[in-house]
Amino acid sequence: MDAILLQILNGLDKGSAYALIALGLTLIFGTLGVVNFAHGALFMIGAFCAVTLSRLLSVSFVTIDETRKDFLGNPLKVETPYVESWFGPEVGAAIIDWSVPLAILFSIPIMALVGLVMERGLIKHFYKRPHADQILVTFGLAIVLQEIIKYFYGANPIPTPAPAAFAGSFDFGALVGMDPNVIIYPYWRIVYFMFAALIVGAVFAFLRFTTFGMVVRAGMADRETVGLLGIDIDRRFTFMFALAAVVAGLAGVMYAPINSPNYHMGMDFLVLSFVVVVVGGMGSLPGAVAAGFLLGILESFASMAQVVALFPGINQIIIYLVAIVILLTRPRGLMGRKGVMES
Amino acid sequence: MTLIRKPFSRRSILRAGAAGGIGLAAPTIFTSNAWSAGYLNEPTGSTVTLGFNVPQTGPYADEGADELRAYQLAVEHLNGGGDGGMLTTFSSKALKGNGILGKKVEFVTGDTQTKSDAARASAKSMIEKDGAIMITGGSSSGVAVAVQALCQEAGVIFMAGLTHSNDTTGKDRKANGFRHFFNSYMSGAALAPVLKNAYGSDRKAYHLTADYNWGYTTEQAVKESTEAMGWETVETVKTPLAATDFSAYITPVLQSDADVLVLNHYGGNMVNSLTNAVQFGLRDKVVNGKNFEIIVPLYSRLMAKGAGANVKGIFGSTNWHWSLTDEGSQAFVRSFGQKYGFPPSQAAHTTYVQALLYADACERAGTFNPCGVVEALEGFEFDGLGNGKTLYRAEDHQCFKDVLVVKGKENPTSEFDLLEIVEVTPAEQVTYAPDHPQFAGGALGTCNPGA
Repeated sequence: MDAILLQILNGLDKGSAYALIALGLTLIFGTLGVVNFAHGALFMIGAFCAVTLSRLLSVSFVTIDETRKDFLGNPLKVETPYVESWFGPEVGAAIIDWSVPLAILFSIPIMALVGLVMERGLIKHFYKRPHADQILVTFGLAIVLQEIIKYFYGANPIPTPAPAAFAGSFDFGALVGMDPNVIIYPYWRIVYFMFAALIVGAVFAFLRFTTFGMVVRAGMADRETVGLLGIDIDRRFTFMFALAAVVAGLAGVMYAPINSPNYHMGMDFLVLSFVVVVVGGMGSLPGAVAAGFLLGILESFASMAQVVALFPGINQIIIYLVAIVILLTRPRGLMGRKGVMES
Repeated sequence: MTLIRKPFSRRSILRAGAAGGIGLAAPTIFTSNAWSAGYLNEPTGSTVTLGFNVPQTGPYADEGADELRAYQLAVEHLNGGGDGGMLTTFSSKALKGNGILGKKVEFVTGDTQTKSDAARASAKSMIEKDGAIMITGGSSSGVAVAVQALCQEAGVIFMAGLTHSNDTTGKDRKANGFRHFFNSYMSGAALAPVLKNAYGSDRKAYHLTADYNWGYTTEQAVKESTEAMGWETVETVKTPLAATDFSAYITPVLQSDADVLVLNHYGGNMVNSLTNAVQFGLRDKVVNGKNFEIIVPLYSRLMAKGAGANVKGIFGSTNWHWSLTDEGSQAFVRSFGQKYGFPPSQAAHTTYVQALLYADACERAGTFNPCGVVEALEGFEFDGLGNGKTLYRAEDHQCFKDVLVVKGKENPTSEFDLLEIVEVTPAEQVTYAPDHPQFAGGALGTCNPGA
């Protein structure tokens, strides 16, 4: 029982990441009709926004300490971050410690800009092209973005810890009256799940309760008619692309403390997120979110030693297996609408 | 005109005599210098080309970059440039700083991408197109085994880079291949006594193992050596190489009654699994009345950096570390540090040493012929290259030397100062018989000069 509870918890944070990426993918697909393979790269850039901010905050001036030596025997250069000298050591250290949450604010304008440049600069030219061309160009773009990040940040993962306040883990077992220390769950992962729920809620509310959102939904349903009514739907769709980029970026920022960011983390999530979109139903936002959590949890279950012992290798194929079964029984995915990607 | 031809004419006798004379003389021409009987890519001009096959892209690109820096430094030193580095401390004095056998050393590079097929393709291209006489480098056992087999077939020497699987000099050993780096068995043998001292002999271990060749040999080595001192292995679980989030593998550890977690992971796997294990509070746990402990059998400073503060107090083993105080290590750290501004990694060290060892073997053999080099390296004993007295064992082409047991440093003084050396395990303690079960099933075969 406790093992099952743990794996559900485990699935939640991974599911949160899948759900956020798949949500952005679906937004782009639903509005612009583009299959964006560079979306994983946006997630990765988000994580590197966190890395960048933490590096910027740690920019230091160098003083030479004659009493200590470095590895070559020269006097040791002691680095003191500017923020620590400006705000005092304690406040400065706290600011650096909170760099990941601060990176949320830092990343929003950056991701929006990256999204705009991507859409206006490249993807715009591929709207009328077949899906295969769009996939090729966005996949190529993903590789370019990846290599750019690798050029500046190297290939090794970069540790980006959560604030010390969230460093420990929460004892669920003790809470529900089970043995302590059996069901424990890191605080940051709980934060991540709640953050994802918040973002998903915000995006849905935005589309549901604002005039802008209403126009976008109308455009998703029938672009031509909305255009004929004199509404510049393209501009709104460009905005949606930027919004999707921000959602992916935020998912990345908050994911940085869970696994140290590296340049190919986007690819790791991209393929699975596509499966999530397909399982959820192309173009369905609730489907993407539901499928994200579903597959995240299933993947966790399949990794249990007892399950792997019964079905060797199941942990690596479970997601695809589920995708096949769902596509066979419900060809449009869990919540897919008729007419999407069907011509 | 007669129908019967003369049996011998003067001319035919002369012709036959000349041909016979050449035939008789030929063997002496070709054997006058035993090792010059023609071999692949024999350097004829004033230069000799070495092929550095390292991961320049992919997950191990940073290690590959450090290997390349070390090779460039080695080439500089071999050609007489710089401060000479370890050439000044190397016990063999055959190298004069005038290239190898008087030929200036040049190099070409290939990108292994840490993929066996890509690594073979780049090695092949360097051998066939660039005329590389020797291939060296790499940061993965899968790649090392694949490239070693290719070099054996092609007929050039392979000086392995960072490869830790037993199989490289075990079941997949080859006559043309040599490994300076240590291996899984040695890690297990060196770690076990230190672990016993630190954590006692009554421990229950849980292994998470990367699902490929290196993971298996490391798991086996650590399992056997810890069980020999009384530990019990509760469970061994294979994790996919592509896994990034290990939480689903870490949480079952919480439910088992294990009190030690062994992470047979390297690279990004190690960074992520260790980070996850610490996040899930494993290190704060008390099981069976003992503090829960984590072990990382193969440590790399470049990787430790990725795991940040999570490595503090965690035991592992390493081939070499820049903080060693012997003359050779210091000379190397000095030249490398002055040239690049930071200390070298263990990958840089082993590749630098391999380049020097190859060059030295050529000098001592008096030829670049792979069979001559093999003969010069087999059973070669040396010192002054950072690991103390070292033997290149003839039976399996594996170096036997001291192994470092290290621990993540509690209070690092710089971004490079991540590991502290806990013990230098003497070579005798990590030496095994060439037919040890963990290495059984392989044969060197005979050297192949390629022509």
